[in-house]
Amino acid sequence: MNNRQVMPRLVLAFGVALLLAGCERPPPEIKQIGYRGTAMELVQNPRLLAELAARNQLPPALEQLEAAPDTPLARDVYQNVQVLTDLNIVEFTHQMTAQANWIAPEQQCEYCHNLENFASDEKYTKVVARRMLAMTRDVNINWQAHVKQTGVTCYTCHRGKPVPEYKWFKPADPRNPGGMAGNKAGQNTPADAVRLASLPYDPFTPYLLGDQTIKVKSTTALPTGENPASIMSTEHVYGLMMVMSGALGVNCTFCHNSQHFGSWEMSPPQRVNAWHGIRMVRHLNNDYLVPLTDTFPAERLGPTGDVAKIYCATCHQGVNKPLNGVSMLPNHPELARIRTPAEIEQIAALAGGMQPAGPVPPASIYFEVDRYDLPADAAAALAPLVAFLKSNPEAMAVVSGYHDPTGNLEHNLELAKNRAFAVREFLVRQGIAQPRIDLAKPVETTGDGSLEEARRVEVSVREPAVATTASTGD
Amino acid sequence: MVRYQSIFTRVQVQAPIYSGVPLDGPHWPRVGKGQLNYWLGKIGDAQVGPVYLGWMGLASLICGFIAIEIIGLNMWASVNWDPVQFVRQLPWLALEPPSPEYGLRIPPLNEGGWWLMAGFFLTASILLWWVRMYRRARALKLGTHVAWAFAAAIWLYLVLGFIRPLLMGSWSEAVPFGIFPHLDWTAAFSIRYGNLFYNPFHALSIAFLYGSALLFAMHGGTVMSTAHYGGDREVEQIVDRGTASERMALFWRWTMGFNASIESIHRWAWWFAVLCPLVGGIGILLTGTVVDNWYLWAVKHGVAPMYPVVFDPVSVDPATLPGAPQ
Repeated sequence: MNNRQVMPRLVLAFGVALLLAGCERPPPEIKQIGYRGTAMELVQNPRLLAELAARNQLPPALEQLEAAPDTPLARDVYQNVQVLTDLNIVEFTHQMTAQANWIAPEQQCEYCHNLENFASDEKYTKVVARRMLAMTRDVNINWQAHVKQTGVTCYTCHRGKPVPEYKWFKPADPRNPGGMAGNKAGQNTPADAVRLASLPYDPFTPYLLGDQTIKVKSTTALPTGENPASIMSTEHVYGLMMVMSGALGVNCTFCHNSQHFGSWEMSPPQRVNAWHGIRMVRHLNNDYLVPLTDTFPAERLGPTGDVAKIYCATCHQGVNKPLNGVSMLPNHPELARIRTPAEIEQIAALAGGMQPAGPVPPASIYFEVDRYDLPADAAAALAPLVAFLKSNPEAMAVVSGYHDPTGNLEHNLELAKNRAFAVREFLVRQGIAQPRIDLAKPVETTGDGSLEEARRVEVSVREPAVATTASTGD
Repeated sequence: MVRYQSIFTRVQVQAPIYSGVPLDGPHWPRVGKGQLNYWLGKIGDAQVGPVYLGWMGLASLICGFIAIEIIGLNMWASVNWDPVQFVRQLPWLALEPPSPEYGLRIPPLNEGGWWLMAGFFLTASILLWWVRMYRRARALKLGTHVAWAFAAAIWLYLVLGFIRPLLMGSWSEAVPFGIFPHLDWTAAFSIRYGNLFYNPFHALSIAFLYGSALLFAMHGGTVMSTAHYGGDREVEQIVDRGTASERMALFWRWTMGFNASIESIHRWAWWFAVLCPLVGGIGILLTGTVVDNWYLWAVKHGVAPMYPVVFDPVSVDPATLPGAPQ
């Protein structure tokens, strides 16, 4: 081949590569969802769908524990309970434990709480979490037009991350400040928000914070002068629609008909759901996120100093039903109901008024092999006990250390003792005076159960009149 | 042997540089001496230049240069004069028209003033180029068909950027200067005005657009297929029997009964091409000015069917229901 033949072929190969560079790897799957011949179809790629489905699985379930009807209310046992005032301590602890796993699986309680004083609001994360709890309940109770019975939990957005992955800030104007040229008019930038179109790069603020009208189409064939929508405002709406399309992994016809986007009776029912979704997100941003702006430290704020705000993807994360439409509420009913004042008083009365009379179940703290430093979940496990001790100044704590059957017995005895000491030290830091903590060496220091269960410290409560017997099963 | 009938020509149209017919009257001298280019010879005549510039050409180029400078420098300024970002983001960058609140007033430079200015110079450049085209055709004692075909395109351009915004009372209705941005404008335009596919002039325009392509393929194919009979000398053979032209005519008469003549096929092509922007411009002009929602207009006039409602439950605008959030 001489040069004259090689060059055109190289150019051709390069051109073809360039042409196909932006293409998605097949096969796309097309499903008809409307009347024939109207292009009502969903276009999806089964390969990507499988990937998405796998990414949106539920976390390990935390079963709801059965609580006796006379279990005291968390608000009466713990200090500074402001949102979950209607939960008893079993429900409360269940929720706190779930929350720690959903939001801060590494830092656990410490992410929001001062472990020395759980009641303290010194960490901003606790203040935020409190509002987010109220928000979650608001969504599950008042926005069923959007979330239906499936509802949401912290995990729907957080997915094991302290800061949800999908959020938005007002973008800083990229324009040369003070320049006399180069006005982008808020668009014409390859922005991720609008899926790299040149549409307005802030499709959020006007609709998910403000209430700029989204309906841009006229409802009459001829102009009446009543529809002020401009082409520019239409581009803004188009941007918002791209956001929704990307967040849900669907094309336009998931919600709209293909002839007249504005027509409701010709549109799939999902559009009604989406309509409520937009109002819900707007409400949540304005009533929950924006008021928290000053609560967050500067590094959590956006380029213009605004708070992180939610949009469709915050929950949906690429699928049209978050977490593939599986509800987590059966295990967490406390997130979808608020007891009435009458119901709360009833529980308080059963539990004996302000002072909980019921016994607190003994707590077990499980340790790593050959370690006596407290595990991360110890604070959560001991929280009900600490609360009980605080509200019952006469009660005593009984702490017993165990070890597993493997290894040298002498070394193990020392280990079991140190484990008990670590727990005592923790209780003291929680404000329980040392004389109120009994270290009771068990008769048989080798713990029963599996190896993991054997490496434990048991803490029980002994009241002056009736001692709560710890059923250690030894 | 010269072979002409293949799809890709193997002929280099190369001849000694030739400056063309003499011109009568007061004309500029032609610019340049002309040179030969092998690759251009592959797709046409290998001789490039000399060109005729003239006052109109000069003025048109200056206006065009100013317009491109205003657009390009604004695009560059919009990425804070970063040359790398200018190249990377070029398809996304644009010079936007004024926003709706300015109506037809003259806005500050950076709020659409540059757009008005670029539009003025680009329009001037295009109109001057049209005059130049008309006058060059006259100077060569040609008909002015090409100039009028170009005028059809200018009509569409003026409707989009000037006449319709004027009638709508707002510069913001006009198209931005930019690669992707003008496409987004097109989509938004269709969405705002109720689906442009139901605009019959849009439909006609598409028919003429596709029709032009079809006619071009038919005509080009026909001529090439008779090249070995001298079919490329089309017009001079038109009245003769036994020529390539007669074979062309017979081919179409046999396959579809009717055939254009070797002369009328060019009228067909010219009218299809001219009607494409002409009716398209009418469709754009009517949009927003006399029709606000083309789908509803089409249903009202029986152009589009109402399709059966198939969704269950049938959606109702939630904003109209009692107790709906606002």
